[in-house]
Amino acid sequence: MTAPVDVSLIVIVVVITALVFDFTNGFHDTANAMATSIATGALRPKVAVLIAGVLNVVGAFLSVEVARTISSGLVDEARISPVVIFAGLIGAIIWNLLTWLLGLPSSSSHALFGGLIGATVVAAGLGAVHFGAVLSKVILPAIVSPVLAGIIALTATYLAYRTTARADSGTVTKGFKAGQIGSASMVALAHGTSDAQKTMGIITLTLITAGVLSPDSGPPFWVILSAGLAIGLGTYLGGWRIIRTLGKRVSEIETPQGFAAEASTTAVILTSSHLGLALSTTQVATGAIFGAGSGRRLAAVRWSVARQMVVAWILTLPAAAAVGAVAAWVASAGTVGIVLVAVVAIALAAGIYAVSRRRPVTADNVNDVGDDAAVAHEPAVPAR
Amino acid sequence: MTIDWASLGLVSVVSLAAGVAVVVLVSFALVGLSARVRPRPGGAEDGAPTLSAGAGTAIAAVCLAAVVAIVGFGLYVIVS
Repeated sequence: MTAPVDVSLIVIVVVITALVFDFTNGFHDTANAMATSIATGALRPKVAVLIAGVLNVVGAFLSVEVARTISSGLVDEARISPVVIFAGLIGAIIWNLLTWLLGLPSSSSHALFGGLIGATVVAAGLGAVHFGAVLSKVILPAIVSPVLAGIIALTATYLAYRTTARADSGTVTKGFKAGQIGSASMVALAHGTSDAQKTMGIITLTLITAGVLSPDSGPPFWVILSAGLAIGLGTYLGGWRIIRTLGKRVSEIETPQGFAAEASTTAVILTSSHLGLALSTTQVATGAIFGAGSGRRLAAVRWSVARQMVVAWILTLPAAAAVGAVAAWVASAGTVGIVLVAVVAIALAAGIYAVSRRRPVTADNVNDVGDDAAVAHEPAVPAR
Repeated sequence: MTIDWASLGLVSVVSLAAGVAVVVLVSFALVGLSARVRPRPGGAEDGAPTLSAGAGTAIAAVCLAAVVAIVGFGLYVIVS
């Protein structure tokens, strides 16, 4: 594993930034796999994030299907430089941190795409963005996938309650708890295969742009390893704010619902990933949790929380694009500009972290939503 | 601009079938396993026609085997 000697400083900076993004992607998305398992008590919080972290690393090694699609689809690779990729990543990281602070499960993939598109437009003009590909590969699946996952989870939840209505309740609860451990693990594994690959795609794209790799080559081993470890570590640290939102604020999730949500998420992610569609795990998982919440009783879902999420989802791509565009504009001034962007980004990240410490959400208080405004104002219907 | 409606449709149908199938199979398995627990006398289930413990266990085993097969295929899909 020797780095080629002609790798310039900017390429190294981009690789590091990409791994930082991968890390934020991990802790932003722990909730996708584990929120409902933690909420129902199927897994203790610390155990849940450990399992999710390990399976994300494992998942990163299992497939390289998506990595090729992303690095050769959305933007014209011949017309963007490592500086553009760096600026795009900065946009994605800042938006990920901001939405984490607010506890909103926005899509890390959309933040990444948004950042890249914004930076590309500034550096190479509108013509370097393949808007057709953006629409068909990113925006359309983003609209379809949460609705699809929601419908599957709703159907599955309804049938699960109908089927087990007269069965022994102790057996049912224990059974679905055991099932949740399996289904949550599958989501974490699928997340590793789909999201770690996005970072691999970006790093590979950079290396191709810098001429280190030949066009159309796959990610080298060290890229797969570091991307897997970064996302696994991020996942292990756990984005407790988002876990609380998805596990407790959306609805009062019971074990059959948690199992149905996770099974639906896994089914959608795996089938789409197999066909090379880059779906947002976050949007699929969120859609499934809303579907599972509605499957027991429509009124059991807090739609005010849903509205916040939809706003965040719509804003994600343009907001990350705006940050990416500004970063690209500053970074185009050369080394000084790149250093300036990096310093400002680090300062912003530190500031967001400092604000988060005022009301920290941790493994110990993640299920405690007594002081939450949305929960207080829109109480979910009590269990049957 | 081309939208791959065929892929999107395939994803919808396959994931709907797989997701619902897994949950329903597990539900049936749990109904089967419930037969091993004696219904409470005077409870909602008392006097209702129930499965024998053996039949319930057999149904649960068949359902869970089907779930394992689907999950196994899911893992195969990730790896391939």
